[in-house]
Amino acid sequence: MKKRLVFANMILRSLTRRRSRMLAALMAIAIGSTVLSGMLTIYLDIPRQLGREFRSYGANLVLVPAGESGIMSMDDVEEAAEYLPPDKLVGVTPYRYESLGINRQPCTTAGVRFAQVAKTSPYWRVDGSWPERSNEIMIGSDIARFTGITPGTQARISGHTRDMKPFAVDMTVSGVVGTGGAEESVVFVELSTLEAMMGAGGQVNLVEISVEGSQRELEEMAGEIGANVPGVAPRLVKRIAGSEATVLGKLRSLVFLVTAVVMGLILICVATTMMTVVMERRREIGLKKAIGAESSAIIGEFIAEGAALGLAGGLAGAVSGFFFAQLISVNVFNRSVAFDYIAVPAALAAAVLVTVLACLPPVKKAADIEPAVVLRGE
Amino acid sequence: MNILELKDVSMTYGTVKALQHIDLTVGQGEWLAIMGPSGSGKTTMMNIVGCMDKASDGSVVLDGQELSKLPPRGLTAIRRDKIGLIFQQFHLVPYLTALENVVIAQYYHSMPDEDEALEALRSVGLGERARHLPSQLSGGEQQRVCIARALINCPKLILADEPTGNLDEANEKLVLEILHRLHGSGSTIIVVTHSPDVGSHADRVIVLEHGKIARTTTGALLHKSA
Repeated sequence: MKKRLVFANMILRSLTRRRSRMLAALMAIAIGSTVLSGMLTIYLDIPRQLGREFRSYGANLVLVPAGESGIMSMDDVEEAAEYLPPDKLVGVTPYRYESLGINRQPCTTAGVRFAQVAKTSPYWRVDGSWPERSNEIMIGSDIARFTGITPGTQARISGHTRDMKPFAVDMTVSGVVGTGGAEESVVFVELSTLEAMMGAGGQVNLVEISVEGSQRELEEMAGEIGANVPGVAPRLVKRIAGSEATVLGKLRSLVFLVTAVVMGLILICVATTMMTVVMERRREIGLKKAIGAESSAIIGEFIAEGAALGLAGGLAGAVSGFFFAQLISVNVFNRSVAFDYIAVPAALAAAVLVTVLACLPPVKKAADIEPAVVLRGE
Repeated sequence: MNILELKDVSMTYGTVKALQHIDLTVGQGEWLAIMGPSGSGKTTMMNIVGCMDKASDGSVVLDGQELSKLPPRGLTAIRRDKIGLIFQQFHLVPYLTALENVVIAQYYHSMPDEDEALEALRSVGLGERARHLPSQLSGGEQQRVCIARALINCPKLILADEPTGNLDEANEKLVLEILHRLHGSGSTIIVVTHSPDVGSHADRVIVLEHGKIARTTTGALLHKSA
């Protein structure tokens, strides 16, 4: 019979045949580990959650022409887009601005790709609907008020082509845009339609990009585009990227603090329980030392019991922690949390470490017990 | 040949002199009974001989080794390798079966051997009760598990503190029979007891009073005087 087997059997029996006391310790560890694992999952998922949240506030990266010309080619824009990670890219919206007229009133007209605008500017409030056909346009709310145009009605877009030939096209206004910003004074036309009106294509004035990533990652992407695509100059939208980084930092600090407090509480709770266990088992410890157990053997047994408790409690907590994180995420971020595999071993390791650490003071007390107490019957 | 020699051994707790200038030798294979009233120093002597306490003064030699010079680890090693302890209160690990209680003594000593442990339990008549927890055993059975555990590592000295103190007459008889069997096979036994009946089984009896050996007699004479 192997010594290790006897050791394992002794630990197992100690845990399973003294269920009531051990269950109390196990519950303390499992509850602590649940909070720990849940917080860890939230901690790891916060960038993703906040990233998505901040994407609803609009573009965080823009491309502007590099030179004095004020325009950049779509070839350069497409080349720049290749430096953005496809799995994190939310949308790329090119803007081409022209001075045209609507119902004979001068206005700024922007050629955009509506399918992309919905992604990069999800905060737009649209009265009516988004354009679906090439002859449909959207107008800003200021223009709607000024011209009296309502969704569903016709409006005449007029102007001059690049060759200075006059044109006038009747379009259907599908929706009116409200943003509280400059967009309310702009007429929006599908880019390809505007290019056909102007008789020239392949050039834009501005590109709005919405991409998931921390401020550091965005700066890296911008740096790479700037270095490799000379025709465009990337700029971070500081108020978005900066706010995201600040909020992220604060939230992570909060979660870290809560996690540290929880770990401290587990430490105290387990240490108290183990101290009680040691006091209850003074006679057993004295007996083991009387029949020849070294102090190191007693320490090893208690540490192993602590580690086994930590492992069992940690495992239960790691699983229930995911559901705890899910509950928080759904209530706070209104989104489900992603399962992060690293959270399980991390929560397990933390539970074992904290439990073993909590066992150290009581274990030292156990090692100091004199075997003579057994004979004295104290 | 002596297995145990105490020379001028004294033990003081603060101002209390628990043992005073004790000289005692115990021969190989001898059965010694230590008797005396409460507070006479029996337990103190048991703790010193059992390597659970160190004498304040004097020399204690067990199987050729001077105990007073040994560090705590050395005393633990002596306890583990040379002494088999039997307690009045039985003292079994409550969450381990009778067999497992015997096996842990092997575990701390050297290599556990379940067959050997089972044989030790059979030798005290508990082969059928090996898989029972202490709470499922009677007092007499628990004491016999305690004896089997004390014997499992073939100790040079069996030290029994009131081994029948908590037992009824039938179980007392059983335990004494086992001790007789051990004595017959050459084991050295020291029994601390209040009971003249138990003391009368010994080859030699010392009676302690106020920490000193008041008198020495034989078990047979004790039996007669009782």
